Amino acid sequence: MTPRYSPLHLIFAFLGGVVLLFIVAPIAGMYLHTSFGSAMEALGSDDVRDSIWLSLWVSMAGTVLFSFLAIPLAYLLARKTFPFKNLVNALIDIPLVIPHSAAGIAVLGILTRDSLLGKTGEFLGIRFVGHPAGIMMAMAFVSIPFLINAARDGFAAVPVRLEQVGLTLGASPWRVFRTISLPLAWRPILTGFILMWARGMSEFGAVVIIAYNPQTAPVLIFERFTSYGLKYAVPAATLFVSVCLLIFILLRIVRRKG
Amino acid sequence: MLTVSNLSLRLGSFELKNISFTVERGAYFVLLGLSGVGKTVLLETIAGLHQPLSGTITLRGKNIADTPIPERNISIVYQDADLFPHLTVYENIAYPLRSRRKKSIDDVVRTASQRTGIETHLHRKPDTLSGGEYQRVALARGLASESDIFLLDEPLSSIDAPSKSGLRALLRQLHRSGITILHVTHDYEEALSLATMIGIMEDGGLTHCAPPAEIFQHPKSKFVAHFTGVKNYFRGELRSRPEGDCKGFHTGKIVFSALTDEQDGEAFLTIGPEEITLANEQEQSSNRNHFRGTITDIAPGRLGLEATIDIGEEIIAAISADAKQALRLEIGKSVWISFKASACKLYS
Repeated sequence: MTPRYSPLHLIFAFLGGVVLLFIVAPIAGMYLHTSFGSAMEALGSDDVRDSIWLSLWVSMAGTVLFSFLAIPLAYLLARKTFPFKNLVNALIDIPLVIPHSAAGIAVLGILTRDSLLGKTGEFLGIRFVGHPAGIMMAMAFVSIPFLINAARDGFAAVPVRLEQVGLTLGASPWRVFRTISLPLAWRPILTGFILMWARGMSEFGAVVIIAYNPQTAPVLIFERFTSYGLKYAVPAATLFVSVCLLIFILLRIVRRKG
Repeated sequence: MLTVSNLSLRLGSFELKNISFTVERGAYFVLLGLSGVGKTVLLETIAGLHQPLSGTITLRGKNIADTPIPERNISIVYQDADLFPHLTVYENIAYPLRSRRKKSIDDVVRTASQRTGIETHLHRKPDTLSGGEYQRVALARGLASESDIFLLDEPLSSIDAPSKSGLRALLRQLHRSGITILHVTHDYEEALSLATMIGIMEDGGLTHCAPPAEIFQHPKSKFVAHFTGVKNYFRGELRSRPEGDCKGFHTGKIVFSALTDEQDGEAFLTIGPEEITLANEQEQSSNRNHFRGTITDIAPGRLGLEATIDIGEEIIAAISADAKQALRLEIGKSVWISFKASACKLYS
């Protein structure tokens, strides 16, 4: 009888276990080093709660707002062939490969008072730098590839034939998109939506360039670490990681049902 | 009703060439052809899903070449996977009605579902239906859309035999109720059982268009000949001879002697395999056709065996197992074949 695991499999399992430990150990260590009292103290702090709430809602606002632009683009990329399509696909992934502090500098460039966007903001009474609107732009810049890529793959998985049948049944292209393409691709889109939201609220490098204040959770954790040390930063970090893990679990549930 | 004139189209390396035919109002027109010949592409072009290179498509006398797809009023039913999987059967049937903002949706859905026999499945999702039920829903949706013409793309090919006969009966019933249908298939029995008119598609073109009886009694292509069980089918030219009562039928490098009153010119010739005699030596007889050839295949036939002999063209002869043993016939053996001039059936 063939053994269930050969020596090769056992070696691979050991190496894989080391990697898993490398991922789990730091997070588990953080929880183990956070006493219930310090966690409660962090939870009771207005600064910590405000920073987590700011991270959550600003990232969500950016995700919702940019989804109106990202989803149509994803649909075009999934369905149409056009010149420089590969270039467009590559451009979308740029935020994933550049250092996030550099991304922050780049976003700052289009948000200053001298830029068109900055001037428009000023006209509407919004000064992006140091403002949640600026933070939202920084978060969206680094996280939007997750939504576009997931939505593009989702639309690509919808059979073109169903859309064509919809057209022959008298539906307009808009109705076909709304009643066939979007409902059939909703799960990958939702996955991309959650990924963009989670990635945006975790962003530190780009956000800190645009706005040190108001403080998002990653900035607050950084500030506590540099000003007061590890012991003071860990409870806030643990609390924020817990929120992120909840979102992560939500994402897994969505994917699993898919 | 629907007229396609000189339609040509190119999709990558695939081509449709100068296709012309007319589907009369109330007709059941079947396009018969092998897989990959372009039947589906032709249907999709009529529905507006592909842009033709040239030619016109007119429906009810109006050129629809530039009409947007939703306004063509043409329903297309594929062999599978064309119901919306996230909608119930009811919502699938109601889809064209909601798209066209029709009233009394409920009445139309119920009538269409009753006509197609799926009125008890309205709450179900498409992935819970059998193949036959699935196609009935697709037809009900087409009925609800009140289209001018139904385009059916191999609607019976992915369902089991019992469902198939029920669905055929339904298609005949829909046709009798006055619906015009253009149906493509590779199944000649399906074509025979349903069509009032058949078009034969070969190599990206429409080669023959006629009522079923004419198509199958006088096959004008090897494709149709094979369908009808004709094994030896040749295309060539019939020429009178200066002497004798036989005419010469020239196909490739071979000339057959044929006793026929058909006019000279392009013609088709068929020879029944049972008319052909095999021998190890050339024999003197009343047969006017004698050819030396090599056996390339021996396979079981409907009765006995069928030997394929290469005489410059491949020709099939029916033989018995006894004859095979007595003459020691085997693949690669050189033999003589012969048959009468009257065994050659000619169609001009």
